[in-house]
Amino acid sequence: MKDTNESRVTEDGRTIGGILMEMRNITLRFGGVVAIKDISFDIREGEIRAIIGPNGAGKSSMLNVISGFYHPQEGDVFFRGEKRPAMKPYQVANMGIARTFQNIALFEGMSVLDNIMTGRLTHMKSGMLAQAIWWGKAEREEIENRELVERVIDFLEIQAIRKTPVGRLPYGLKKRVELGRALASEPKLLLLDEPMAGMNVEEKEDMSRFILDVNDEFGTTIALIEHDMGVVMDLSDRVVVMDYGKKIGDGTPEEVRNNQDVIDAYLGVAHD
Amino acid sequence: MPDQLLYAMEVTLNGLMAGVLYALVALGFVLIFKASGIFNYAQGVMALFAALTLVGIMEGQVPFANLINAIFGTEIHTFGWQVPAVLAIVLTLLVMILLAWCVQKFVMRHLVNQEPIILFMATIGLAYFLEGLGDLMWGSDIKKLDVGLPQGLNATIDDLTYGWFGYGFFIDNLDIIATVVAAVLVIGLTVFSQYSKQGRALRAVADDHQAALSVGISLNYIWVLVWSIAGFVALVAGIMWGTKSGVQFSLSLIALKALPVLMLGGFTSIPGAIVGGLIIGVGEKLFEFLIGPMVGGATENWFAYVLALLFLVFRPQGLFGEKIIERV
Repeated sequence: MKDTNESRVTEDGRTIGGILMEMRNITLRFGGVVAIKDISFDIREGEIRAIIGPNGAGKSSMLNVISGFYHPQEGDVFFRGEKRPAMKPYQVANMGIARTFQNIALFEGMSVLDNIMTGRLTHMKSGMLAQAIWWGKAEREEIENRELVERVIDFLEIQAIRKTPVGRLPYGLKKRVELGRALASEPKLLLLDEPMAGMNVEEKEDMSRFILDVNDEFGTTIALIEHDMGVVMDLSDRVVVMDYGKKIGDGTPEEVRNNQDVIDAYLGVAHD
Repeated sequence: MPDQLLYAMEVTLNGLMAGVLYALVALGFVLIFKASGIFNYAQGVMALFAALTLVGIMEGQVPFANLINAIFGTEIHTFGWQVPAVLAIVLTLLVMILLAWCVQKFVMRHLVNQEPIILFMATIGLAYFLEGLGDLMWGSDIKKLDVGLPQGLNATIDDLTYGWFGYGFFIDNLDIIATVVAAVLVIGLTVFSQYSKQGRALRAVADDHQAALSVGISLNYIWVLVWSIAGFVALVAGIMWGTKSGVQFSLSLIALKALPVLMLGGFTSIPGAIVGGLIIGVGEKLFEFLIGPMVGGATENWFAYVLALLFLVFRPQGLFGEKIIERV
């Protein structure tokens, strides 16, 4: 598939638009260790883009670069055609890029509802004084946001645990709540760091369904990291394969599956 | 009713009122601890600094007068004007917010992700710095603070209780006001943290920094906000204590009384700070009244700490603190 900046329609009728985010020649080092070495790829509007690779390939580092937790020493990040300056994570979040974490970062002491409500913070405009003085306006804003959050809760089928403190939930549900919090911010780009790690088959199927539905119903662009090759091949439109910080493959699941470098990396051929 | 019992009731009431003042200081500790996990040793000194600044502004004192005079050989001490209490309180609040900003900008943001003990040490440093700064800015003599709060015997209560029991209770007007103020503060802070956007962000930061960043919360902003609120609580505590016993440097020692209050109430609970304060207040007054004479008095100095020690042994998370669960 040749890279053109034109939209196309997939077999199942979803529209994939132009380039939403582009990583250009990204290099990231920690002291002497090179975590990412000169990697370029793009993410198109409306697609599900997977980043795969063996342990320690630099996948999570890449996600952290996109979400502003890490700052690459070389290379540029382009968002909607514009070069993005070095940003703090909260600024990136305010641009409409939401994320989940590999080992779950939720507010354990708060209820499921409150956790997902925090996803709306970037959309709440009234300041502190305004909230104190025009109580009615702040209340209206709260109600509007609350309605959206309730839709997310319905969508993820977690109505039954709305008021439960997150700390008491089992792992699989926590993952779902974290996805809900990211969804509540109505992101333009949703980053998922191993959304199915540590789940059983049934939970994996549920999560896959949610990811596909999010993409299908809201048209959200999704970039995800995943270990499970089978899942990735079913879910994604295009796949980037990383190994030892380098990109060794990029294309449709079909293309990647037949790529000799990728096969070697996964089967563990000795590196020279 | 026997005299002893009546007297004990009066002592209890007075203890409750004193407890409210302890609780006011403890409240400032809880706020910062909840939001950033820092035990702010400087909270008591912040109350002192706020009270000093308030008196200084009201009396039109020139800040750093001694320093200026020493350098330039001048003899200025006051601007020669009096600032009305309300305006002075607003100005002091602005100073406290500026202080919060400076603490964040010059100290705390350089210590992100450090061990709690290091942050704690930083606040000890901050406490002594503030004490010195207060001294340098406003001088070290004991000052009288009068923002127009009524003080002295509450005649209504005296009359009423005299009518009921034939013995009038002595309740200080200032203590009644402190109680009302503390109640309003607690309700206000609870509503703020539960229902406002900033409150939710504040709880989020307290819970998980990384997650908070990922939903678009600026940690710096939240910390300045928290230290500002703690500064505001310190100002309220400073006004109450300053009016009661004069603005003097021993005021910063009341911070130490807040420690047992926190151990009782739990470091993370706003209602806990209030209840803890009340228990310590009543406990030490009653203990002094009932047991004091048998052991030679002066029990108020140590009673609170012994009580706190007992709590540490039997219920380390305090009455209202988050339960400590060990997962294996």
